[in-house]
Amino acid sequence: MNPTQHDTEQTSPAVDASPRLGVLKTYKLYIGGKFPRTESGRYYKLASPTGEVLANMCQASRKDFREAVVAARAAQGKWASATAYLRGQILYRVAEMLEGRAGQFATELIQMGAEPDAARAEVACAIDRMVYYAGWCDKYQQVFSSVNPVASSHFNFSVPEPTGVVSVIAPESQGLAGLVSVTAPIIAGGNACVVLASNAQALSAITLAEVLHTSDLPGGVVNLLTGDRAELLEHFASHMDVNAAVYCGDDPDQIEKLRTAATDNRKRTITRTRKNWLADDAQSPYDILDTVEIKTTWHPIGV
Amino acid sequence: MTTDDEKQTTPALRFGKAWDYAPAPETTPVPLRKSYGLFLDGEFVAPRSGKTFWSINPATGKRLARIAQAGEADVDRAVKAARRARDGAWGKMPAAERGKYLFRIARMIQEKARELAILESMDGGKPIKESRDVDLPLVAAHFFHYAGWADKLDYAFPGRKPRPLGVAGQVIPWNFPLLMAAWKIAPALACGNTVVIKPAETTSISILHLARIFQEAGLPEGVVNIVTGAGEVGAAVVEHPDIDKVAFTGSTEVGKKIAAAVAGTRKKLTLELGGKAANIVFEDAPIDQAVEGIINGIFFNQGHVCCAGSRLFVQESVADTVIRKLQDRMQTLIVGDPLDKNTDIGAINSKPQLEKIEYYLKVGKEEGAELWQPSCPVPDNGFFCRPTLFLNATQSHRIVQEEIFGPVLAVQTFRTPEEGIAKANNTPYGLSGGVWTDKGSKIFKVTSKIRAGVLWANTYNKFDPGSPFGGYKESGMGREGGLHGLKEYVSLN
Repeated sequence: MNPTQHDTEQTSPAVDASPRLGVLKTYKLYIGGKFPRTESGRYYKLASPTGEVLANMCQASRKDFREAVVAARAAQGKWASATAYLRGQILYRVAEMLEGRAGQFATELIQMGAEPDAARAEVACAIDRMVYYAGWCDKYQQVFSSVNPVASSHFNFSVPEPTGVVSVIAPESQGLAGLVSVTAPIIAGGNACVVLASNAQALSAITLAEVLHTSDLPGGVVNLLTGDRAELLEHFASHMDVNAAVYCGDDPDQIEKLRTAATDNRKRTITRTRKNWLADDAQSPYDILDTVEIKTTWHPIGV
Repeated sequence: MTTDDEKQTTPALRFGKAWDYAPAPETTPVPLRKSYGLFLDGEFVAPRSGKTFWSINPATGKRLARIAQAGEADVDRAVKAARRARDGAWGKMPAAERGKYLFRIARMIQEKARELAILESMDGGKPIKESRDVDLPLVAAHFFHYAGWADKLDYAFPGRKPRPLGVAGQVIPWNFPLLMAAWKIAPALACGNTVVIKPAETTSISILHLARIFQEAGLPEGVVNIVTGAGEVGAAVVEHPDIDKVAFTGSTEVGKKIAAAVAGTRKKLTLELGGKAANIVFEDAPIDQAVEGIINGIFFNQGHVCCAGSRLFVQESVADTVIRKLQDRMQTLIVGDPLDKNTDIGAINSKPQLEKIEYYLKVGKEEGAELWQPSCPVPDNGFFCRPTLFLNATQSHRIVQEEIFGPVLAVQTFRTPEEGIAKANNTPYGLSGGVWTDKGSKIFKVTSKIRAGVLWANTYNKFDPGSPFGGYKESGMGREGGLHGLKEYVSLN
């Protein structure tokens, strides 16, 4: 099935006539820093464009999503209060780990249908994008903050704070670069998130989870689910302990459904319609701004 | 809490007649008209619907003026006029010239501030000292602030080229009629948009006098259009297909409906919704100052304030003292004629709002909280409510969880800062909060832990055009004021 898991065939000494059997990876979910199977017991077959079955992916349920929100909420406060310097270093560490596994990511993208050059370009983009947002962790605050010249005797300032827990419907195409491009600005801003990965390119997401897991990113800050977008979309929008929902795609019915379901707790909804996540304009501090809140504090001046 | 014994040994201050002020009514003449039309395409016109309704003076219950009731056809005329202005004169005007119109409007508001303040108090019920000293100065300041932004927008968004959105549909509430109009109109115009705005049906008059200022200032026709009427007029504005931007200030309930209504559209949305703000008093606070802040926090504008400090949290060690001083101070509040310069608490904006407040007073008592009111006289006619405390309130009480929008304060206590913060954050709202302590580090710790958009430390209910205002969670989305308020009226893509 998976070349990376069969590649010992040629290197095995021909002492024994039977070749060594490769060890297949079980792709599971990533919730709260652990790799559980879906509680539902459901799976879907992930196949290459030529029809070769690549893996049985978990088809996450609403309950998996709710568990992930609990994990995200539990992790968010501590992540938000980590220093910006530390958050930056951890995001940079993610880039380091991605670089170390560049070959594996490229192989998986090729398996899922990408041309080799495109796969390598996408992996390079994902790595560089993580570095880009690692650098923003301690800078967006200065760009988006203000000291406000009020007409009374007060020191008045406005600063960004994380919105909280963000649910994300990741891009369906460019399963690695798209996923990294939407997730990185959210965690750079001090939020925790629950992400539904691309359905057809789900291998990248779970391998990315392994990268996140070995990058000192606290468990629960990023939770990754695989499954069916149409099934989970409404729950991603309606959950009362989610503060914002990011939707990637351009299906008007899904966008309306998401925004309607989000009204109950006045969840912020952010729609990203980009097609090409490898483009230069697919990264921006304004993407960080989408999942932060501006807090204004009034402090009297006097003796 | 104070025991019965203590109450007897600590008598409330008794001022008797010493606090009875002679009447000091505001007597400046105002150009109030008998009837008001819609303001469409630069002119006052009769509604196509042919319908009108009465605006009531809430201090007397008597009719003040007849107001045009816009129908869908009128809203459509307004949007078309706004679109023409956007595509025409306003859209083509250099940004600096746009700014100069706003500067001119700000100056004219200052010139006419007194009459506008009086109209505001007559129509809305707020004390003249507030409309004169708070509302109107801020209205002018807001136009003045955003005027200067018009030709400087490129500096507000590094790396981006901001463009106007088009036609903004705006719906505003009755608690700060002119100020909310300024908050909506000034940034929209500064960013190059045109406006269709609907005031609340109980407070239409002052914004129609603002329209006269627009005429006097020579603002091109159609740049601001005003449609008056009740909720269905607002719905028609929000749902009009040629609106590019919806901005609403009002209740969370209506805000959710508006969000659902625009869910399937390209309309950009900002919402300033309800609140249930915590005002937290620590034992090391300057107590007398805190008491004044609590009073201002909840009784300012009869408590008709979305950011009102309607939940008081007092650290247990100073609770008795704070509550006693609060009650003593409340005894001195003057409830009465909004046009009297001595009045502290004016009229409740409308009969339905008074009924809502009275309903919550009943609910609070039934739930087991202890109601306390001062013995001050209230006028026989009109809509009035005594300032009210609910002592021994708990987190689950409806008077603690739900926005009352009246002069009603729910009092609770806490022991540790962590407990105070947790209780303060136990609400679906997140608009504002107050922290009272003499310790600077504690201020920054607590204000950073309260999940709300505006935090006042050792002060409350302060506003400024340069200070971004807006909520977390169910209190809304987007900011108004300052640089951050610009973002809601431009496209950055």
